[in-house]
Amino acid sequence: MSSLTVKDLTKSFAATPVLTGVDLHVPSGSLTALLGPSGCGKTTLLRLIAGFDDPDSGTVTVGGREVAGARGSVAARRRGIGFVPQEGGLFPHLSVARNIGFGLSRRQRRDGARVRELLDLVGLDAGLGERAPHQLSGGQQQRVALARALAPEPSLVLLDEPFSSLDASLRDETRVAVASALAAIGATAVLVTHDQAEALSIADQVAVLRHGRLVQLTDPRTLYRRPTDLDVAAFVGEAVVLDADVRSGVAHCVLGELAGEWAGPGDVFPEGPARVLLRPEQLRLVAPAPGAPVARVRRVDFYGHDSRVWLDLPDGGSVSARLEGADVPSAGDDVAISVHGVARVFPPQAAEDRGATAAAR
Amino acid sequence: MSRAAAPVLRRHPVTLALAVGVAALALLPLGYIAAYTVDVGWSGIEDLVFRPRVAELLWNTARLVAGTVACCVVLGVGAAWLVERSSVPLRRLWHVLLVAPLAVPAFVNSFAWISLLPGLDTYTGALLVVTLSYFPFVYLPVAAAFRGLDPALEETARGLGLSSWAVFRRVHLPQLRVAVLGGSLLVALHLLAEFGALRMLRYPTFTTAIYDQYRATFNGPGATMLAGVLVLLCLLLLLAELRLRGRRGYARTGHGAARPVRPVPLRWLTVPSLAALAGLVGLALVVPLASLAYWMVTGSSTAVDVPTVVTTTGTTLALGAGAALLTVALAVPTGWLAVRARGRVSTLLERSTYLGSSVPGIVIALALVTISIRVTPWLYQTVPVLLAAYVVLFLPRAIVTVRSAVEQSPPLYDDVAASLGASAPDRLRRVTLPLIAPGLGAGAALVFLAVVTELTATLLLAPTGTTTLATAFWSASSALEYGVAAPYAVIMVLLSAPATVLLSRDARRGSTT
Repeated sequence: MSSLTVKDLTKSFAATPVLTGVDLHVPSGSLTALLGPSGCGKTTLLRLIAGFDDPDSGTVTVGGREVAGARGSVAARRRGIGFVPQEGGLFPHLSVARNIGFGLSRRQRRDGARVRELLDLVGLDAGLGERAPHQLSGGQQQRVALARALAPEPSLVLLDEPFSSLDASLRDETRVAVASALAAIGATAVLVTHDQAEALSIADQVAVLRHGRLVQLTDPRTLYRRPTDLDVAAFVGEAVVLDADVRSGVAHCVLGELAGEWAGPGDVFPEGPARVLLRPEQLRLVAPAPGAPVARVRRVDFYGHDSRVWLDLPDGGSVSARLEGADVPSAGDDVAISVHGVARVFPPQAAEDRGATAAAR
Repeated sequence: MSRAAAPVLRRHPVTLALAVGVAALALLPLGYIAAYTVDVGWSGIEDLVFRPRVAELLWNTARLVAGTVACCVVLGVGAAWLVERSSVPLRRLWHVLLVAPLAVPAFVNSFAWISLLPGLDTYTGALLVVTLSYFPFVYLPVAAAFRGLDPALEETARGLGLSSWAVFRRVHLPQLRVAVLGGSLLVALHLLAEFGALRMLRYPTFTTAIYDQYRATFNGPGATMLAGVLVLLCLLLLLAELRLRGRRGYARTGHGAARPVRPVPLRWLTVPSLAALAGLVGLALVVPLASLAYWMVTGSSTAVDVPTVVTTTGTTLALGAGAALLTVALAVPTGWLAVRARGRVSTLLERSTYLGSSVPGIVIALALVTISIRVTPWLYQTVPVLLAAYVVLFLPRAIVTVRSAVEQSPPLYDDVAASLGASAPDRLRRVTLPLIAPGLGAGAALVFLAVVTELTATLLLAPTGTTTLATAFWSASSALEYGVAAPYAVIMVLLSAPATVLLSRDARRGSTT
């Protein structure tokens, strides 16, 4: 399998710019999730890499070979890039085995060993080979689509929202099967998704795309803990965002004094107004003590494995906390809030961040 | 990710050119009538159109259309309700029997009736015979609509305290509107175009008058102006239907398949309902078949000329096959663009073919006769002109099936096949063709079966010496040689029988004769 490098890729449809200069590097043998809200251009990027459309400018390089760029582009069928479309896209007129064998040579098709090997790789029974695609469940169809894409030993596999059409239970199972199949052969893979949980759980690195531009490319843990801005923070998980005042390296906010980590440009921690990001699971509730800020429980959403507690703060704002276990307060209780771990401190609210705050609430 | 249509169209220049050509062919008869009307001028129109004869034809046509549509709606909706929503026994059998009259061409049906009861040459007789021939056009879409109704809606309505009648009026009827209007339009358009059946019943309408004028004065302005009025009536109907239909269809919200319905128990009404269905099927199916059988038996001793029947059948099958292949081939560019390059241009091209074939067959034939005499005299009364008429008449059937076939093969499959290394010809051979072939086959079958029973255009355009089943049947029955006519009718019915199966699948648009 080969690495993939995308440099300064742009693409417009009619007058609408969809990609405005995307850079992306996917190391060989890794799984990268392209994460973004719908309409951010992630599917377009995938189609440009696959060669179904040509970019307006920029280059796509697969394993050191430039397949799209100033010197024209290589036809999709000569790129050796496997593609798994959204709902599998199995050829309805061919059996499962013949779908998988579509990209194989005539000899390999007749022999059948490779097809059996691939069915096994994606965790499907060899007996399914003679079935028609419509006789399979959605999850099985996705696995067959992956097997079909992997059959000609491509240098790279692209998956376009492969799990979005599946039911929640089937989705987890299929996701595990697909991830382990990809890992087993050390495939280089790019997976498009708008589901942050999916991106964080399956990928080696996550590329966050927004308005046709790559905003952050990093591993899932770093992305969740150290998002590049509050917008990304709110997109990859639930966020608690509070106004704060930084004095000698400590953030003072309605929850008290917080140990902070600066997220803005430069290493220096600027004094003055700022905004802090906490995750709901960083908030702990304790019995009210004199002098500590007290919040009132507005509502409790009980989920079984954990609960979300909605809290009204003394300054009129509100936050939510995620608490594990059975020891959950009830609505109307007064509680004190302690903060576990480090807060991430961002520069004060700029115009483009306002939307993010709304989303965080 | 919206992609503008214009660049997509530019990517298929050949397909676009072909589709434009096909649309032009389809609009040729209509254009001819329009150009001729302009040529004749207002004073000419005044002389030819505003006269008592035309008023009489208009009255005849209007009352027949109104009466038939009303009867067809009552019979069609009633039968559909019994079969789809009530507890009437043998529902599947009744469904087949109620669609089956479509296998008997209207002119054969009217032959069957009038040869037994010569007194049927009145308004009531015409109303009876054409209603029995055309009510399935309402029955089929309404039955399909009943089947598509979500029982949850009915249950909700009952939960809100509505009575059975109120449920029918406030829940069912609004959802059946599209089906009823669509079926009524089909009946009305068929009736405006109907020639054989009405001629045989000696009931004068525009089509029969155009034919008489044409026979008397050849391509005189009289026939063309009558055709102009007839075309105007068709266009008015289409327009009225568009206005009445409003927003098309009602979407079911929510996922999953609708549950099957619990049928309404008929109790003591079971026997009367069965009697009503049996009576309808008896009149629409048993009487014509029995009449044909009677003439086969009485006629066989006198006159059946087996070699002629065989030759005629061969000619008909050959014409049908040729027309089917040609029509489907010509439908491919339009159907392809309608799916792959959606936009105003492709919609316009598709609609032009529908508009072109809403023109009655007699008008299309008249236009093609005149044009071929004036512009291409060497083509006059040759097979190509006849085939052109078939193409114009039956293009929509082929386009509808080609369209849905192309929808079965979205560009995604092309992309996937390319990513697996298949070249363009390979993709066509291994993916696109296998996917659209069944649709093309179904379209060809529909056109073939329509051509086999086509009478009007064939009468006017068939080369001298070329007889088809329909024209042979026609000349024999016009000469009152019923025994000679019967075998041709029987063969047409046998050949049409499979068409009813295809039509029952695509009830809304399968047919405009």
